[in-house]
Formats: sequence, C-alpha cells, structure tokens
Amino acid sequence: MSVSDDPALSRDDVAYLAGLARIDLTDAELDHLAPQLGVILDSVAVVGEVADADIPPMSHAVPTSNVFRADEVRPGLTHEEALSGAPQEEQQRFSVPRILTEEA
Amino acid sequence: MSSEDDLTRLSATELAERLAAGDTTSVQATQAHLDRIADVDGNVHAFLHVDVDGALEQADAVDRRRADGELLHPLAGVPIAVKDLLATKGMPTTCGSRMLEGWIPPYDATVVERLRAAGLPILGKTNMDEFAMGSSTEHSAYGPTRNPWNLGRIPGGSGGGSAAAVAAYEAPLAIGTDTGGSIRQPGAVTGTVGVKPTYGGVSRYGLVALASSLDQAGPVTRTVRDAALLHDLIGGHDPRDSTSIDAPVPPVLDALDGDLTGLRVGVVTELGGEGYQPGVRARFEESLELLTKAGAEIVEVSCPSFTKALAAYYLILPSEASSNLARFDAMRFGLRVGPEGVDAPSAEQVMAATRAAGFGSEVKRRIILGTYALSSGYYDAYYGSAQKVRTLISREFDAAFGRTDVLVSPTTPTTAFEFGAKLDDPLAMYLNDVATIPANLAGVPGLSLPIGLADEDGLPSGLQVLAPAMADDRLYRVGSVLERLLEEQWGGPLLGRAPELASSTGVGR
Amino acid sequence: MTTLPGLVGFDEALETFDPVMGLEVHVELDTATKMFCGCPTGFGAKPNTQVCPVCLGLPGALPVVNGAAVQSAIRIGLALNCSIAPWCRFARKNYFYPDMPKNFQTSQYDEPIAYDGFTEVDVDGDVFRVEIERAHMEEDTGKSLHVGGATGRIHGAVHSLLDYNRAGVPLIEIVTKPIEGAGARAAQVARAYVAHLRELLLSLGVSDVRMEQGSMRCDVNLSLRPVGQQTFGTRTETKNVNSLRSVERAIRFEVSRQAGVLGAGAAIVQETRHFHEDTGETTAGRVKTDAEDYRYFPEPDLTPIEATADWVEELRATLPEAPRVRRARLQQAWGASDLEMRDIVGAGALILVEQTVAAGSSPQAARKWWLSELTRRANETGVDVSELAITPADVAGIQAMVDAGRINDKLARGVFDGVLAGEGTPQEVVAARGLEVVSDDAALGAAVDRAIAASPDVADKIRAGKVAAAGALIGAVMKEMRGQADAGRVRELILSRLT
Repeated sequence: MSVSDDPALSRDDVAYLAGLARIDLTDAELDHLAPQLGVILDSVAVVGEVADADIPPMSHAVPTSNVFRADEVRPGLTHEEALSGAPQEEQQRFSVPRILTEEA
Repeated sequence: MSSEDDLTRLSATELAERLAAGDTTSVQATQAHLDRIADVDGNVHAFLHVDVDGALEQADAVDRRRADGELLHPLAGVPIAVKDLLATKGMPTTCGSRMLEGWIPPYDATVVERLRAAGLPILGKTNMDEFAMGSSTEHSAYGPTRNPWNLGRIPGGSGGGSAAAVAAYEAPLAIGTDTGGSIRQPGAVTGTVGVKPTYGGVSRYGLVALASSLDQAGPVTRTVRDAALLHDLIGGHDPRDSTSIDAPVPPVLDALDGDLTGLRVGVVTELGGEGYQPGVRARFEESLELLTKAGAEIVEVSCPSFTKALAAYYLILPSEASSNLARFDAMRFGLRVGPEGVDAPSAEQVMAATRAAGFGSEVKRRIILGTYALSSGYYDAYYGSAQKVRTLISREFDAAFGRTDVLVSPTTPTTAFEFGAKLDDPLAMYLNDVATIPANLAGVPGLSLPIGLADEDGLPSGLQVLAPAMADDRLYRVGSVLERLLEEQWGGPLLGRAPELASSTGVGR
Repeated sequence: MTTLPGLVGFDEALETFDPVMGLEVHVELDTATKMFCGCPTGFGAKPNTQVCPVCLGLPGALPVVNGAAVQSAIRIGLALNCSIAPWCRFARKNYFYPDMPKNFQTSQYDEPIAYDGFTEVDVDGDVFRVEIERAHMEEDTGKSLHVGGATGRIHGAVHSLLDYNRAGVPLIEIVTKPIEGAGARAAQVARAYVAHLRELLLSLGVSDVRMEQGSMRCDVNLSLRPVGQQTFGTRTETKNVNSLRSVERAIRFEVSRQAGVLGAGAAIVQETRHFHEDTGETTAGRVKTDAEDYRYFPEPDLTPIEATADWVEELRATLPEAPRVRRARLQQAWGASDLEMRDIVGAGALILVEQTVAAGSSPQAARKWWLSELTRRANETGVDVSELAITPADVAGIQAMVDAGRINDKLARGVFDGVLAGEGTPQEVVAARGLEVVSDDAALGAAVDRAIAASPDVADKIRAGKVAAAGALIGAVMKEMRGQADAGRVRELILSRLT
C-alpha cells in the first residue's frame, strides 16, 4: 500500500508513513496529524510550480568535490566509551531485543 | 551593584581586556556568571545543564596558563554557554528532547574542542526547541525558555536558550546553531546579536544534525565585536566535516568599524511589506536612514523566488531530518521503552514505542512530512522540486550581489509573541522564519543585530545583513557601524533598556 | 539432497525452461581503514573495539570518504570494462535495522561510480561474456549474534548482540545484467563467473576475497522462462551463498524448485530466500508485504566524486594484466596443455598453483597436489579448494621434502592430513607423526635381513635370478617400515645381498 494520490493525506496514509518511520502514533495523534500535514503540504506544493525541467537541483550550498581522507588509522573510541550509552550490554556487545525482520 | 554584577554586565571584549590586564581572573568571572545563573535562571530557564565544577576547573586552568606566561587566545578565560545541540564530552547533551535525556556523549564537537583549547570555560548547555525544530523554544521537552524582556513571551527558537542566556547576562557569549534562522531570529526578539556563518564556514562535526545541508553553528553575543571574535575562534576548516570550507576564516575582525562609503546595500522587496509588524518596519526604515548617512547607497532588489523559500525549506528540512533522526532507535544510546502491556517485545516494537515516547509532536510532524516527501512517487514533486527552487534562490542571490555588496531586511516579521500564540498553527509558526530561511537555502552568511524597540509593544526588533558566500566579513563591517550609530542615538546598548530580572530561588527547572 | 515434493530434476527442468540469472557480489575492500572514518578494518578484533562516533552513528558524527576505497572502486570498474562516471554522488538508502547504526546505509543509487561493463569468463574452454550493470561503493553493517534460538539464526532468538567493528568497512557491490543464454550450463556459468571475479579482484589487490570469511558475498538471482520466450519470469533472490560450490548448488536447486512450481501451474513468489549449506536447498525468508521504500536521496554530508579523465587514466595504468593474458602467460611458463589449464581453472585453483610455484614447487607437482589430493579432500568436506586450511607455501614445502627424499608420495598424504587438521607446519607434522623416510642403511639393512630370513624360498628364487620376486620382499620391508622407506633403496639392498 502506498500513499494516495490526493495531496491531502488521509489518516491511513499517515499511519503507513508512521510505520515507515518506526513511530507508534496514537489514534489521537493520527486524527490530529493528518489535517495538519495536509495543510502544510498544500502550501508547500508551491514548489511544484517550478515546472522548468532545465533547472538542476542543488544538493550542496558549497560547490566542491573529491573531499577525501588518507587511508590511515585514527584513534577511535574504547569499547567502554562506545558502550557507555547502551541501554543494555552483554559480552561487550549492544544487547537488543529479538529482531523480527530478516536482514535486508 | 556588586562587583559580580559588574563582571556580568561587561561585553566579552571588555571582560577579555580585564583578564589580559590582570584586573580579574577567569575564576572570578566564571563564578560571577554562575551566581547570576543561580539568581535568575529559575525565571528565565535558559539552561538545561549548568556545569558548576567543570566551569570553575576550566577557569582555574586558564588562569594558571596565563600566570605561566602562556600566549593565550584573546577570548581565553571568558565563560561561554553552548546550545544543547552540540556534543560535549562528559556533559549531558539532550537536544531539548526526552530521547536523549541524560545522554553523555563520549566525544566533543569540533567547535567545543576549539573553545576548550582556547580556554573558554563552558558554563553549561542551553535550552532549545527539540532537535532544533521550532521558532519559539516552546517545543523543548524540558519546558520553554522565557524572554528576559518579558517573561510571558518567547525568546525565539530554536536557540532561545543561548539568546536568553546572553540577554539575561548569564553568559557573555554563547554558541547557537542556525538552520532556518535559529540564531538570528532569537537574536532579533531578545535584543542580541546572532550570526549564521557561510555554510561550511564552521565545522558541523558534533552538531546533532537536523538538516545537513542547512545547519551551521555560530556566535550568539551582545555586541558585534564579540561575535567577530567568537566567529574567528570557531570558524575554519575541519577535516572531519567534508562540507567544511578549506579556506581561512574571512577577515571578520579587520572588517570591524570599516568605512561604509559607497557600500551598496540592497533591500529585498520580498523580505518585507505585508505581514511585517509596523513597529518592526519603522525601526528598519530608520536603520536604512542611518546607513545612508554613513555613506551607503540603498538599492531596491527583487528576488521573486524568495516567496517560495519557505515552501522549499519545509520540504528539504523534514526530508533530511527524517533520515538524520532515524538513528534514535533505542538500540545503542538514548531512551529505550517498550510498548505497554507487551511481554518480550521485538526490536521493531521497542523502536516504534521509544520513538513515540521520546519525540515531541513537532518532531513527529516533521519526520512524517519528510518521510512522505522522500517516498517513492513523491520525490520529484516534493524534495526534488524543492532542490530546484533552491537553485533558483541561489541564482537570485548571485544576481542581487552582482548589484549590491550586502542585502538587508528585518530579521523577523514580528517581535516576540506570547507563549501559546502560535502553538496550534504550525504554519503560522513557520512564518517566523520567512526572512531568515533564504540565506540557509543558498548557504550565504547572515547577521542579526538589534535596531530598536517596536512602538506597539516595546519589544526588540532586529535587522538582518546578508552577504555573499565567504564574504562574512561584510556582515561585521555593516553591523559594527550600524551598531555604533544606533548606540550613539540610544546612549548605550539596547539591552540596557531591558527590565531588571527578579531573583529566583534556584537554577534550571 | 532430499527430494521435496514438486522438485523437477535439473536437466529435465532445462528442457522446458530457460534460466536467467543475476549475480550480485559484495566485496569487502582490504583498505586499512573504513569507508567513512579512520577505524581499522582488521578481522577478529574484540567486539566494539574498532569503532568511533562516525561508524557507530552517534548523534553529530559526520562521514569523510576514504580516498583509497574510491581508487579501488575505479580500478575494479576499469577491470570490468566499465564506464567510469565523471561525476557521481553517494546516496542514503533509508531503512531500519539494528546492525545499521544510522538506520540508513550510505551507498550509491542512480549515480554508480562504474557502469555498463562486461567480463569474459572461461567455462569449460568456452568464453562466456557476462555483462556488468554497475559497480558502486557502499558501507558494510555491523554483525549480530542471535541469542537463544536453536540454530543461532534469527528465528526463535530471544535477543541479539551487536558488534559494530565491521560497520562502515568499505564494500563494492558488483551487479551483473541479466545473464541469458547459459542454458544447461547455468550453474557452471554462475560459479565460473564468481571464481573469475575472485581472481580478478585478487590480481587487483583490492580484497582478500575470502568467501568463507565473508570478504566476498554472493547473492544469486534466478528466474525461469519457457524456452523461446523473451520476457523474463519472476525472479527470486537467494542469500547466504558462501562458497563457489554453493553458488552452483543454489542455482541448481532454484532451477529445480521453480520448474516444479511452474510445472504445477503455480506462480513464483518474488522473495528473498536463504541457502542452506547442509541440505543444498533454499527456503523462503519472511515474505515482505511491501517492497521497502528506501527513500533514496543524495547524501548531503558528502561532496560529489569527480573522476577526471587524467585520474582514471592514471589508475588504468596500474591495472594488472587481464586474466586471459595472464593465463596464457602462465600456461606457457608451466608448459601446460589447454586441457590441463582448463582443469586448473575449473577447480578454482589457478592462483593456488601460481602461488605454490612461486613458493618453489615445480608446476607439475603444484598441479598434481592441488588437482588430485587437495581437490578430493575439498570435495569430501564440501568446501572450495581455496578454503582448505593449507597454504601454497605448505604444499611447496611438502613437495620439497619429497624431492629431497625425506618423504615419499604416500607419506606426503599423511603430512596433508596433519596440516589440514591444524597440527602445524609440514615440518612439524613430519616430526610429530614420525613420517620421515628412514634413510639409515643400517636400519634398512636390518629390516631387509629380517624379511629375507622370514621368506627363505623367495630369497632362493631371487638368488636363482628371478629378480622380479624381490617385490614380495620389498613389500614386507615397506610394511615393517610402515611405508617410511624408499622402495628403490630397499630393492637395491635386497638385490645386493642376494645377487
């Protein structure tokens, strides 16, 4: 199921997007959010009026290229530092709950 | 007034001079500001975390270095506050969110490293709209910051804490970040100075990312000179940030108090007019007269694509943010909660429940919006088109700068509004940024300085100066002269007219 | 292989159906550091000791591209006869998975650094041209340990443990265009392509391409269409294909399975499947209700890559000789026949033979050991010959001992046993197992005397001139010496006593 063609977002559309974004929205939030997003989307649809296909999209404000670093080891974090924020830790690894989906 | 008050009323430049002359120590200065924070922050709530011990230790260390005869940076020993969006090793970094409550980064942002190396004691972390999404600091998960001019009003956002801290004399300097105006807009509504450097001018390494192609860290101060000193310290190339500019910081210090004769100042038609509060416009017109008297030539320029800037911004930002905020998933750091009533939930369930609990409504709104704008079938119409608008805006800036040296506008359409006034109307909230956003889209630098109080409400308004990319020095040239002329008229800084803050019983919340 | 209901025999399937394959190979580059940060990439470190804010995806961290990885990517593209994009960018592939710290992978989407190439693969003496769609740069994920389930796999696991040492290691993904026209040789073509790619990458020096260690991974895509039809059928993607043999087996199984499904009038489900080493079968992964929307967009934290013509030519000059040229050169150097070369290549042993010769062995001996003894052992244990726990240097060392008369061919087999069992170097194994040929004439002579004394009638025959009868005595001596004697010398000793 994908998002409907109508520029206003339906409640189901928002629920689908929330799934993609891994956020559990409550019913109240879903009710509240859909019209708000619709209003925002209507006003930002303004950008679609830029019909000129000749305009290149800009993804960087600063035009540079080939910014590289040398293939040299740099100091990183100790494992204590790396794990310092871990909600749960086991065997020097991050412990996470059982994963349902297969690896992509 | 006690001597402590004296120290907190000094500009950073003045304080630095006293430190260099040996008239005071960093420990004294830092203590004075910590006392001020303890005194008034209960009411202002600019700070989320105050590092009393750490700041004094750092101050002591700098005093020793100075006593040893070490050659120090001009700002060494001057205390500073840092927006809670920057990673500070050993100090909580919450980004104004429950998601990162109590998170202590294991590393420092490059900007923070530079502050520490120069010996500026870090007083603490300042309040902000959650993950920098907002224009009023009302979206902080830890309660809003209050405008020192009127505690019933917003201090601007997302960097309301840094601006309020500086306006309330809790710190002479602060670091902010600006993605769509989050330094400049709070500056305008609190009567302080805020600068967004050229994109890439200051390292983003350690800035928790909102919109990667728009974010910049910059100075938040009470004077233009102070901002120049801080800009010069934090700016410059960082090999850890691929988007940072590999060139020296523009000559911002040399530009101070320059000559404005013959300077072509462009007034952008689209950044003014209807929707701008009359008192704001009045002060703006008066500033234009002052600039003319100083020898500048005022030119009208039109940038039609600027009317689409808000729309483009509110597509680009959420898109990039939705991706940047995906890492907050309860697996490696930050909040972890499970769905209610579920035994042994899966990782997916924990992620979704945590993100629901950890993110506030504005953040959720923008993540959903961004997810939509990037989703297949919609990319071209939304994100793709927004990037094209960006090119148009950039080209119009280029064209405008072909005829002018700087552009000016009121920084914001209105003065500080009351709490709650725009919370239910996201679009109305977004309109606060209409004048500041174009600069972020094009990557050009901008400065806001206070230009007076609006007649309707007696609240500060600001003027924004914009310059071509890498010509940040022009901001300071214009800003410093205008500031001097205005202060001559006022008989002192505008902040001198702010009401004295009442003492509160404690710090923080 | 168990016979599932509905499987059609491979050869039978190919009478009705034409297989179309697509191979996606992920190669881990052997750069010193990761793709976007300066963490080391070495294998086998303690968990989470080769990480930093960048590869851990901590808030505020930013990537910086490893220049050496870009160079390798371009060289790989050139070696595959690809066009190199003069300008390209990285892109974010957004999806949530705990082994991916940022919950997006920095990869390349519609602007791969190399595209539209081809490579020519030797398949049983014929040349098969495989078209290359693209080669692009991306980063590897962390590794998960699934705890609590029966098989250590994800199903039934109670929780998982994440190690991010591998997160951010540079990967090059090489994707073929649909491989058509392989027909009955589909499985061999697939295997030969992957073996050929391995060889190419080794010769470029960009990766150690050890499939068993995961530095080269292969996903196998397969669809069937009725013979003569142009449009492609529905394809499946099979993962966890960890060796050359598995590539071949996975193709064979999928062909059989899909033929069975289609033959029964059902439709192929487009899905990702998992290959099982032990059974040679593929099983369905979780069926995805939606194709995941990856919401690709250009990576704003990185700058574009400009592969200028000068730079590309500079790199082109560093390419090693093309595989066919190299093989021709080696064939000539070794004095091998076309058939012998084909056998070596077919067994995936070309580099091994080459390295064994470089370690001092004769080409003939190198070939002999790798193609006979070691290939047999590889087949017995179900691994690729390159995965055996023995190095070309070891093999050369064993042959050197044979040449020196210290061991014979029969004893050499014992040495192979020991080395493969992890008992040590060839020299250590010979010493520990006592495999050395006895060359002490006094000891041999005593054994000879005992054999003669035990068989007086045979001895008489020899004395009478029937030299051939010595064979029985040689046998007896060899038996006593447990093969640790040079049969020729034994014969000499026998004859010198009796004639």
